[in-house]
Amino acid sequence: MHSFRGFLLKEFYHIFRDRRTAAILFGMPLIQLLLFGFAIRNEIQEVNLGIYDQSHDAVTREITDKFASSGYFVMRQELHSTAEIEHAFAEGSIAEAIVFEPDFAAKMIREGRATVQVLTDGSNPNVSKIITGYAASVLQDYRNTAFGAAEVGVEAVPLMMFNPELKSVNLFVPGLMALILMLVSALMTSISITREKESGTMEVLLVSSLRPVEIIIGKVVPYFLLSFVNVVTVVALASFVFGVPCRGSVTLLMLESLLFIVTALSLGIFISTITSSQQVAMMISLAGLLLPTILLSGFIFPVASMPLPLRMISNFIPAKWYLIIVRGIMLKGTSFGYIWKETLVHGVMTTVLMVASIKKFKTRL
Amino acid sequence: MSEPVIHTDKLTKRFGDFVVVDALSLTISGGEIFGFLGANGAGKTTAIRMLTGLLIPTSGTASVAGFDLYTGAEGVKLNIGYMSQRFSLYDDLTVRENIRFFAGIYGLNNQAIKEKSRQLLESLKLLEVADTRLASLPLGWKQKLAFSVAILHEPKIVFLDEPTGGVDPVTRRRFWDMIYEASERGLTIFVTTHYMDEAEYCDRLCIMVDGKVAALDRPEAMKRHFGVESMNEVFIQLARPNKME
Repeated sequence: MHSFRGFLLKEFYHIFRDRRTAAILFGMPLIQLLLFGFAIRNEIQEVNLGIYDQSHDAVTREITDKFASSGYFVMRQELHSTAEIEHAFAEGSIAEAIVFEPDFAAKMIREGRATVQVLTDGSNPNVSKIITGYAASVLQDYRNTAFGAAEVGVEAVPLMMFNPELKSVNLFVPGLMALILMLVSALMTSISITREKESGTMEVLLVSSLRPVEIIIGKVVPYFLLSFVNVVTVVALASFVFGVPCRGSVTLLMLESLLFIVTALSLGIFISTITSSQQVAMMISLAGLLLPTILLSGFIFPVASMPLPLRMISNFIPAKWYLIIVRGIMLKGTSFGYIWKETLVHGVMTTVLMVASIKKFKTRL
Repeated sequence: MSEPVIHTDKLTKRFGDFVVVDALSLTISGGEIFGFLGANGAGKTTAIRMLTGLLIPTSGTASVAGFDLYTGAEGVKLNIGYMSQRFSLYDDLTVRENIRFFAGIYGLNNQAIKEKSRQLLESLKLLEVADTRLASLPLGWKQKLAFSVAILHEPKIVFLDEPTGGVDPVTRRRFWDMIYEASERGLTIFVTTHYMDEAEYCDRLCIMVDGKVAALDRPEAMKRHFGVESMNEVFIQLARPNKME
């Protein structure tokens, strides 16, 4: 027991004395959260808009005013021909153009309908889709005020539940937690174990009276604690700086996070059993764990829009399940009754990984 | 000499079809400096790993420090010291922390650790650098410290796996002085080396070729047997036929 305490102490020395390790452990979560929170946003503000008004009447002016006052658009330029529109798009000075057909107001009165063309730059399809939606909602808004909702027939009144303002930071925070935990727990553990192999100290540890299980526990406990500190930090920062809510039980969120930390630690141990070089361990962690966590878990790209083979692979990525759970708890206030299946899948995965890793660790050395 | 501290009988390790150590039979008595020689890949490290409990033998029997390798692994662990090729200390810990850590994992209690640390720092003249991180110390100092740390818990046997790699001849000579001193106190030394001058310092030598014992005797007897002047020539005569063809 005494030797184990000394072993733990040594692990903490390693972490706090190596500036790079400390920087990754404590600086990275902070920087990532701020980056994702401030810099990477799905919502688009200040769309550069061009107007080609072939009618210049009271109605088109009113609609134009609505665009200008909507908060989404900035009137960039008045356009006078189709050629000019193309030029403006090519130049990149506008992202969206609105074209009113000639005799707009007259047509509207005479025929009861008039056409507005909405043009966007399709070279960035996601942005294009979003800003087309903005324009549609401005036009819808005008239609409702001009004619009243009754005339339209079927009307869709959308409400984005749990995230009415569609704040992307709400979406990113759970993914970020998964990413940071993966990085800290799996990457750092695998590096720290392979470092001992590289320096030859692992053999000495194994020859000593420490048991292999004690070595594994001693290696993961520091990262377990630090990962947990990171989870708390990220959730607190997200809430205070970005107003990301935690609507469900904080205790449940923490417990689920602990489970995910154990998953990541097991992966770290597993990686350290298949290589004895720090660099290889780092490459495996980055390519084999971080990339799938970012790309296939639903963190950035929705799982539902992936082709079938990728969707199937994503089922084997622990972060996918963790993400569903965290989003449920934080954004929807889901209680355990709704996420027990995900937790079960996640738990089974963790148990299998842990047993496999520890077995492999013992037999390899 | 006293009763054997290491005794192996037909100790064998196979990896698949490849026999790394083939029926190794040795008897080493207390206080002996036993040299274990062989080209790279001759099975030295595998043999050491079996004797220290890092690897489970495929077949054969062995007892180390009076404990059976299979059934008394814990007893073996408590009675051996081990120093690996790369000195195996932690560069980011201070000298004192290194001593404390290794003393701890070898099972010494707090009181003993304090006592031993003080003694060791004094005898190695490391008091001034006790709180310096190891990374900034010269290689020779680290090597001495690694050896001292490996025998801090007063084991019966210490295994040294190429302990002098990358160290200059003067430092190597001083290191061997430490080995002699320890041996005089009754410690058994099991050492592998590449350096033939070091082989001459040993009481007895075992030369491994392709996993088998090619020669096992005192250095002088070996030289006499092969009719040559130096261990170098003995080694080349033994190793060459298999290596060149």
